Amino acid sequence: MAPRRPPETPQTIARLLSAKEIVIACGPGGVGKTTTAAAVGAMAAAEHGGRVLVLTVDPARRLADALGLQGIGNKEVRIADEVFKRAGITPRGELWAAMLDTKQSWDDLIARHAPDQATREKILANPLYQNISARFVQSHDYIAMERLYEIHSEGDYDLIVVDTPPTRNALDFLDAPQRLADFFSSRLLRWLIAPYRSRLVNAATKPFYTVADRILGTQFLADISEFFILFQSMYDGFVTRSEAVTRLLSDRRTTFMVVSTLEATPLREAEFFSAELTARKLHLGAIVLNKVLPDYLRDSATARLAQRVADQAETLGEGLTDDPAIAARVLGEVAESFLHFGIVARREAEQQNELQGAPDILVTVPFFDDDIYDMEGLLRLGQQVWD
Amino acid sequence: MTTAPDLLQLKLVFVTGKGGVGKTTVAAALALLGAEHGKRVLTCEVDAKGDLAALFEAAPTGFVAREVAPGISSMSMDTEASLREYLKLQLRIPVVGRIGPLAKAFDFVATAAPGVREILTVGKLCYEVRERHYDLVVVDAPASGHIIGQLAAPQAINDLVKVGLIRTQTEWMLDILSDAQKTGLVAVTTPEEMPVNETLELTTRVREETTVRLSAVAVNRILPELFGQREEEVFEQLRQPAAESVLSERAGGPVAPVLEAARLAVTMRRTGAGHLQRLQAGLPPDLPVLLLPELFTRTHGLRTTRQMAQALGEELGH
Repeated sequence: MAPRRPPETPQTIARLLSAKEIVIACGPGGVGKTTTAAAVGAMAAAEHGGRVLVLTVDPARRLADALGLQGIGNKEVRIADEVFKRAGITPRGELWAAMLDTKQSWDDLIARHAPDQATREKILANPLYQNISARFVQSHDYIAMERLYEIHSEGDYDLIVVDTPPTRNALDFLDAPQRLADFFSSRLLRWLIAPYRSRLVNAATKPFYTVADRILGTQFLADISEFFILFQSMYDGFVTRSEAVTRLLSDRRTTFMVVSTLEATPLREAEFFSAELTARKLHLGAIVLNKVLPDYLRDSATARLAQRVADQAETLGEGLTDDPAIAARVLGEVAESFLHFGIVARREAEQQNELQGAPDILVTVPFFDDDIYDMEGLLRLGQQVWD
Repeated sequence: MTTAPDLLQLKLVFVTGKGGVGKTTVAAALALLGAEHGKRVLTCEVDAKGDLAALFEAAPTGFVAREVAPGISSMSMDTEASLREYLKLQLRIPVVGRIGPLAKAFDFVATAAPGVREILTVGKLCYEVRERHYDLVVVDAPASGHIIGQLAAPQAINDLVKVGLIRTQTEWMLDILSDAQKTGLVAVTTPEEMPVNETLELTTRVREETTVRLSAVAVNRILPELFGQREEEVFEQLRQPAAESVLSERAGGPVAPVLEAARLAVTMRRTGAGHLQRLQAGLPPDLPVLLLPELFTRTHGLRTTRQMAQALGEELGH
């Protein structure tokens, strides 16, 4: 773990980001990860200057629309200064955005690594490749990290904020480059490809093919083999590349920002993820907790007061409104609602206190009345997180 | 188009939804409801995290199903164990000794052939249905981003693999999955922007990319409606500074936070109602939408599951 700074220089996300080149926003789904990543990117562009890129996976359509990002894809698009100005801010730097297109990114990757035109076309036409690139869940994880590496090495941006894909397991995308490298160096892979190369199956490996043939069918096995024989020609390029991607993730210029809410399930996942980052010696820079209910809901004096309001709802509002019967009902509802939300707020506060292995920066963002769907909203969220 | 069958009449129900919307709670509640109707229920957690068993206050389960509540058995999916079972039961291949460490071979095949993990999951579930070991199988399925791949796996493999044993295996699975009287999908969401967007998208993709029928959308965590219009007017009168200070005096403390909390609750409810409306407008009109309340509970356990089962039962008209 990094040495703690003395208390007089409190760590903030602003300070953290000023020294990093890559921030990877990760955590469970449904906690505002994409929005938080966009908000942090917008703040960095507004306050720090330079060129900031938000590499996103799936922004809410209204947000993309409001930022003028309809139909963005793999190619980075600049967010017009006009969008900031409408929110009352003149940014010091530039904000760019790109959205990950898995299929396109895979095709680009093949184009880059294929030794020749013929190999490239054969791979692109292979049914297995099409299946992997379009449908295979893990390919999404790998390609996100691959794309990050590519953009970073081109060096066009001072800061890249990455919104990670919603993974089955929050760690999948971390393992993806290594898994791919392992996969291509697998002995089993060579076994499988061997008979299609040499047509010579020795006694030791024969049962394997017999079983594989029976289970998978000959044509499918042939498709697999063609795919991997073609891929072999790109093997070195791929492995070198995945290793470089892995290195980039643990580079000191890279930090991770875990985003969660205080609800039990997401928080448990976020905690697991934080522990795992630390175990892998990756830099856990900050935890951002979204949608935190206001403090006053946990105040015990106010809770007792709410209980009194509930008990005395019939008389408390006398003479204050034009309808005493309705006033009594309203006060009853108001008090009960406070007590309900108080339970949730207390539960969440307990969970926050129990948060293990918290990094130097732990930021809570209050519950906003409205959804965030424009730059103003993004910056409002960003300011809560920033310093 | 036939009308959607009652969820409890189905044999195999996949429950999906964006992470954190309460998909596991709804799956557990559906299982409980089924058991209350005298069915032998199997619940299966696909992303083994132990959350499902916890909702029955039972210890985490493994691949072999174990009773977690009266009438409810629970298991966690383990694709490698599923492969072992499959090879043993279906192919009668004495495989383990011959192809070396199964785990390694499995990892390899699963990585090489996309859909293998998925089909082993779906295959095991379909098998339990086909063998009539249970009356109802409730699956706490992967989040909406992944469920399509899971449900489409038999079809995808069917397209890729033209001959061989896998081909014959996928056919009976497809028969079960495509039968809207047997198999259904429940999409769980909350009245929030992204979950609603994802649910609408899921509806389209399920129709276009899988053979499974979407049976219902369950909207979870619906906040209670505090006020009607007249109540809201009176509430505003009570929030006037003069009225508020009288209230504080009478109640013996500052009531401002109590009123403010109610205003927040009303705003949250209203924002949610907007998203709910958008959801309903975007869904096929004949698709049942089940409205489930925010439960305001302290912890998740059997109590929550029972409350949710009750709410679900009411929505289903039981």
